Amino acid sequence: MSTSLMSGARMLLECLAREGVDCMFGYPGGVTLPFYDCLYDHHIRHVLVRHEENAAFAAEGYARATGRVGVCCATSGPGATNLTTGLVDAMMDSIPIVALTGQVSTKLIGSDAFQEADTFGITRPCTKHNYLVKRLEELPQIIHEAFYVASSGRPGPVLVDVPKDVFQAQGHYQHVSSIHLPGYKVFTEGHTGQIRRAAQLIRKSERPLVYAGGGIVAAGAAPELRQFVELTNSPAVNTVMGLGALPSDHPNFISMPGMHGSYAANMAMTNADLLIALGVRFDDRVTGRLAAFAPHAKVIHVDIDPAEIGKNRTPDVPIVGDVKQVLGKLNQLLADKEPADAQLEAARSAWWNQIRSWKEEHPLQPVISDSEIKPQHLMAEIDRLSNGQAIVASDVGQHQMWAAQLIRFSEPRLWLNSGGLGSMGFGLPAALGAQFARPDKLVFAIVGDGGFQMSIPELATIASYGLPVKIIVMNNGYLGMVRQWQELFYNNRLSSVTLDCFPDAEKLAGAYGFKGRTIDKPWELASALEAAVKEPGPYLLNVKVSPLECVYPMVPSGGAINEMVLGPPQPVAESAK
Amino acid sequence: MLQVISLLLENKPGAMMRVTGLLSQRGYNIESLTVARTLDPEVSRMTIVVEVDSTLRQQVIKQMNKLINVLQATDLSDSPSVFRELLLVRIRMPQETRAAVLKEAEIFGGRVVDSSTEGFAIEVTGAPEKLNEFVDVMRSYGEIDVTRSGVVAIGLEPKKLKLQPPVPTKAGAKVEETIH
Repeated sequence: MSTSLMSGARMLLECLAREGVDCMFGYPGGVTLPFYDCLYDHHIRHVLVRHEENAAFAAEGYARATGRVGVCCATSGPGATNLTTGLVDAMMDSIPIVALTGQVSTKLIGSDAFQEADTFGITRPCTKHNYLVKRLEELPQIIHEAFYVASSGRPGPVLVDVPKDVFQAQGHYQHVSSIHLPGYKVFTEGHTGQIRRAAQLIRKSERPLVYAGGGIVAAGAAPELRQFVELTNSPAVNTVMGLGALPSDHPNFISMPGMHGSYAANMAMTNADLLIALGVRFDDRVTGRLAAFAPHAKVIHVDIDPAEIGKNRTPDVPIVGDVKQVLGKLNQLLADKEPADAQLEAARSAWWNQIRSWKEEHPLQPVISDSEIKPQHLMAEIDRLSNGQAIVASDVGQHQMWAAQLIRFSEPRLWLNSGGLGSMGFGLPAALGAQFARPDKLVFAIVGDGGFQMSIPELATIASYGLPVKIIVMNNGYLGMVRQWQELFYNNRLSSVTLDCFPDAEKLAGAYGFKGRTIDKPWELASALEAAVKEPGPYLLNVKVSPLECVYPMVPSGGAINEMVLGPPQPVAESAK
Repeated sequence: MLQVISLLLENKPGAMMRVTGLLSQRGYNIESLTVARTLDPEVSRMTIVVEVDSTLRQQVIKQMNKLINVLQATDLSDSPSVFRELLLVRIRMPQETRAAVLKEAEIFGGRVVDSSTEGFAIEVTGAPEKLNEFVDVMRSYGEIDVTRSGVVAIGLEPKKLKLQPPVPTKAGAKVEETIH
């Protein structure tokens, strides 16, 4: 079946509408003029950002907050190259976005035409897959394929480059009833035999530990994870990509492991006899020195991407599959209780006692001072106001780690951060995208004074759409994380990390037409945050915190994760037993 | 250690770039690469010889299999297989050694494809090591120019090609037009 005659630009919109797109983030330009002309009276909402990089981050924010495919759009040449950081960011964190770029007319490709760049070539390693549309007839198939590829299997970014003459050509939308990608295998069900072996290992384990990550969020497997953790009464850690996969208040939840993970989480990793790794990739920020990582543990590794299995750690039980389905089957097997084994019960209860005492020895708790605002104090206050319910989009750096340590999340898709790529400038546009996706939600953008200044242009977008995003700048006057490393590992030679000029927040926000304020007294903190939250529109709260605070615990680069530096006097943690 | 990878990939623009890009982004240097259509004109066969650390070989194959245009990537380094390469050599040598050069070419199964008063152009196929020897021998007779095709390989054990079936689209389910 086909529709009436229409332009390529209109056909593209037809495809997007059929994919259920309600909102996209973009920036127009010369070659996308035909597309923007069609958008003029189309129901799909186009959000005009102020820089293409932020269009990609906003699309990510939208996707991360909902699980739906985020869409961004840019013109050829500089528009497309500006998208690339967001594409790689989405690639690293497995976030489904579709990027649409304009290209110079097919006849001009290769002629160094105005605003021509090899977008297809440039974005090849930045995307899960990419396309250059050569003829209008290919367009519907390619667009529907792009959405399928972005959202299926291990999600990721897909880019479609559309030349201007393809936008302008006239044709009929041909119905796309199926997608045939003979070389694209989407793994769903795990191997039954391996799942049974996993269940046996789990039953016999004396010191099990669940290590759950972004894969749980992507698969929508939080209910299955919770059931699994409760059935097996296993302690669980969530990675920085998996926060919220298990509610932070759940009694079995320990916290985040890794470089800035909690003492208890890292000690549990090091001492576990079985690691149940679910939708994680044994990232270096989690494992520390790989050779010393979880040295006593057998590993069950469930992931939808076969290339992740055995990449960094060879598992004892590899299971390639959708973690939601695999956990569902595991839960069925584990629901049949076996006769009680007194010895095993005793070992399990000793394991739990050990974990509780690790938690008590070195809890993650906010440092609070009478004279200055400690960054941890700021996060604790945001946590109090959020109560596990708000969306928190974070930028990258110290504030990101403190937020991850101290803010609770009751469900997935509340904590949005650039985990893999660590892109500064992510937080504010991601919050913007999330607020469009979830207008009902309280959205915080927690940013540093460094990353915020990379995102300042988007204050205009926030103001223009009246988005009630609460922008909280944790302002320590430094590029804090780099400063921390210079202090600890480069003899405190603070090279190019001082941010000695920061705009007056009240005037800055005022210039955009909304409220802003700067505070630096701890007794002002609670009421200032409350006022920001109560404000119906956007709010910029610049919080001056103690400038020289470092994030602890910290595993020095290349160290084993049980060798944490726990605080400023730097006592070395007792090594694992 | 050199790894020989045999790939079946869709004959689509950019498909080859995805494969070579995957290697170059990991810093691997490609020793040789051949690509041509198979019996099915929509599918190409690529043979790549590349130096990959033995611990990473499996990972490279998995990453290649993840590429959407790759139908199958197989490591032939340790499995029963035949490797062949074509070599063309142009040799210029003194008149008195013409007979000797022809004799050597014959020993290597070579075929003269051009002959002039100055010398010959010779075509030889064989395993890559054999061709190295042939080059050494020819060099001892005169001035040479060499072009090699790179290795083509075929696995001797049958390997079933598993292709994914079409999947219905979400968009396809909506029959009504969304634009009025």
